Amino acid sequence: MDLVNSILEQLINGLRTGSIYALIALGYTMVYGIAKMINFAHGDIIMVGAYALYVFVGLLGLHPVIAVLLTIVVCSVLGITIEKVAYKPLRNATPLAVLITAIGVSYLLQNLSLLIFKATPIPFGSIIRVPSVKVGSLNISGITIVTLVVTTVSMIALTLFINKSKAGRAMRAVSEDKGAAELMGVNVNQTISLTFAIGSALAAVAGILFISQYETLLPTMGALPGIKAFVAAVLGGIGSIPGAMLGGIILGIIESLSKAYISTQLADAIVFGILVIVLLVKPSGLLGKLKIEKV
Amino acid sequence: MALLEVKNLGISFGGLRAVDNLNMTIEEGSLVGLIGPNGAGKTTAFNLLTGVYQPTDGTISLNGEKIVGKKPAEICQSGIARTFQNIRLFSKMSVKDNVKVALHNQITYRLAESMLHLPGYFKREKEMDERAGDILRVFDLEQFSETLASNLPYGKQRKLEIARALATNPKLLLLDEPAAGMNPNETAELMETIELIRKQFQVTILLIEHDMKLVAGICEYLYVLNFGTELANGTPEEVLNDPRVITAYLGE
Amino acid sequence: MKINKKTIINVIIAVGVYAVVQGLISGGMLSRQMTSLIIPICVYVMMAVSLCLVVGFLGELSLGHAGFMSVGAYSGALFLTHTELPQLPAVLIALLIGGSAAAVFGLIIGVPVLRLKGDYLAIVTLGFGEIIKSIINFMTPITGGAKGLSKIPLYTTYRNFTFVFILTVVVVLLVSNIVRSRHGRAITSIRDNYIAAEAAGIPVSRYKIMTFVIAAFFAGVAGVVYAGNIGILKPVNFDYNTSIEILVMVVLGGMGNIKGSIVAAVILTALPEVLRGAADYRMLLYSIVLIALMLFNNSPIKRAFMDRRNMRQAGRLQKEGE
Repeated sequence: MDLVNSILEQLINGLRTGSIYALIALGYTMVYGIAKMINFAHGDIIMVGAYALYVFVGLLGLHPVIAVLLTIVVCSVLGITIEKVAYKPLRNATPLAVLITAIGVSYLLQNLSLLIFKATPIPFGSIIRVPSVKVGSLNISGITIVTLVVTTVSMIALTLFINKSKAGRAMRAVSEDKGAAELMGVNVNQTISLTFAIGSALAAVAGILFISQYETLLPTMGALPGIKAFVAAVLGGIGSIPGAMLGGIILGIIESLSKAYISTQLADAIVFGILVIVLLVKPSGLLGKLKIEKV
Repeated sequence: MALLEVKNLGISFGGLRAVDNLNMTIEEGSLVGLIGPNGAGKTTAFNLLTGVYQPTDGTISLNGEKIVGKKPAEICQSGIARTFQNIRLFSKMSVKDNVKVALHNQITYRLAESMLHLPGYFKREKEMDERAGDILRVFDLEQFSETLASNLPYGKQRKLEIARALATNPKLLLLDEPAAGMNPNETAELMETIELIRKQFQVTILLIEHDMKLVAGICEYLYVLNFGTELANGTPEEVLNDPRVITAYLGE
Repeated sequence: MKINKKTIINVIIAVGVYAVVQGLISGGMLSRQMTSLIIPICVYVMMAVSLCLVVGFLGELSLGHAGFMSVGAYSGALFLTHTELPQLPAVLIALLIGGSAAAVFGLIIGVPVLRLKGDYLAIVTLGFGEIIKSIINFMTPITGGAKGLSKIPLYTTYRNFTFVFILTVVVVLLVSNIVRSRHGRAITSIRDNYIAAEAAGIPVSRYKIMTFVIAAFFAGVAGVVYAGNIGILKPVNFDYNTSIEILVMVVLGGMGNIKGSIVAAVILTALPEVLRGAADYRMLLYSIVLIALMLFNNSPIKRAFMDRRNMRQAGRLQKEGE
């Protein structure tokens, strides 16, 4: 019975982390679908979101709800700016140039926050105050409940937006064929900006949930969850929105189980090992489509 | 025995049958054209012959040796070289180095020799330079040896691609729309070049082309593809006067 | 054997650099801070030149080069701490062990290298570097884990500058010799157009793996020198940041330019130490340099400049042709 309980507990932990990964993975997948690039700086938007929340709540003393909204705005604007300044001029450049630039942006964000907030971790208590719930002998924390609710709502909203709204249709068109979409009167630049804005907004939400759980701010805090979320996006099939959600949750559960039952040090190795295996066995991921290069 | 024997060749992409039941026999020393409307599957046929795609069914044999299942590099070594419809040069390498890459399997030396620049390295490199020079001279490209391939004018890039293909010492040369984007003068010059390399390199040529003047002017035999299947074959006069071929190109 | 002007100039530069540095060391004219830089500069030159082979010539982005370095460093250091051999043979064998161990990992990464390219391969190399780091952390009884592997004999410090310098020159020479050979041309042709390379008879898979193995070998060698200089190894020394630093050197050196990589490695290793207090801004500066370079390389200004140059060249050739 103890074992069952402990496994259940780990599954719930995994679901919580996994749904945060899924939120971040959505940003990767949307940007990849539309701009055909890996936005390496995406993970660092999480960090910016966490610090922004800290500034608004911890330093300026704003009401948490207003602070959350402001944080989302800050990250969205940042996402749009990064695209306009660093990525847009490189739309016709080689993938290598784009990737190196994205790495540069990621470093820029990390080091700016290092200069502003210094390298010492800043403790920052959670803004989420929801009592925990007991289900049988299982204790589910308030943060877990909030995380699950928020991610589920975000994902449903995003799916509806992409499938039902006009802007969502434009996004799908641009991701199929940028040139054709432009000829059909879709404003490609605006659509790409919107994609970065939504992706970054989701990253902001992920950042808020993440910091509520770990309660410590660090300039490099976004890097690892960012990379893991990328693994999740690949696992689910990059470019596929349901794939990102599925990949995130599977990855979170695997990580949580391997931390608990195999080794904490090896958990990262296992996560990356999965990435390598997925890419070798089914490079298109669980729900992705494979593209063939024309000769 | 024919140089190239293609039997019942076919490939499907999902539900699409890009090439279906293609049969071709190409005799050594001949110059054969593969024609057909856009989307007929001509380039796909080339990709099957050179191992870029693996056929779903059928066989290809070169000099009686089956080459289906081999990798592109292996097929090149067995004696089929090609050019591409959209020119694919090593753009950041010099013209001479483009040809020297193609000499890779002709003139060889070991990794240790290249790391340590042992005497073998210098000897073989000199041989390569000479051979590359010979080939470039045929195409009148020798004075561009040190130019970056991407800096060559379009017509010369096409020529360099043929030169590179010939450097692999092929038995069969596949040319994918060699006259695409050329003006009539350049096309005429190209026809001469093709005749010249046939004699000089004793190579059999299969070419895809839309320029009917070129096709009628130099090809000895034609295969016509339409919707992935063979529509007709025969001498240029027969084929180009065949009502089925005219319909395929011009519609009813 | 052909000896041309370029070779002579290169020899003069190498001998000159050696003479000046050795003179400064034996004259005791360098501060402690400066002497502490000498070996790291050599290490980073080797790292940058070997990564240049992958990024500049093969055209694949590797974000795990520090992983290969750590494999070399740990395996070489483990040998050095346990051997009873005299210094010179011990170091030579350690270099061979370090290089070979890293090369084995290069071979392992060769499997994904064959099936992936571009973004995906970059991520896999990154993941691979992190896996190596986790495993080193996990194997605490052998590697010392996070606390580090200490008491490594200091066989490759600035006191052995002559040896390290010769080694660095040899590595640079081997890499640039490969580049100017049929093997190097094969590698470069894959970068420029792998489909055409295959069609021209280049066994693309074999050359991709070969490039990674060679680059990993030299990174391993550099790792051994690194270990023998600082005497203690920790997994954090070989994280993703280190890989990026080396990548910055290669990019700054003008991708595919070995000399450029060397100069960039020297400057980027020395600069932050020379400009004290700038250390905080170092990584910030790197990131700005990376972005600015990429934007500049793809900017209309640069393109216009290149077009003008190409036009001039074409015009000249036209005249010569007539």
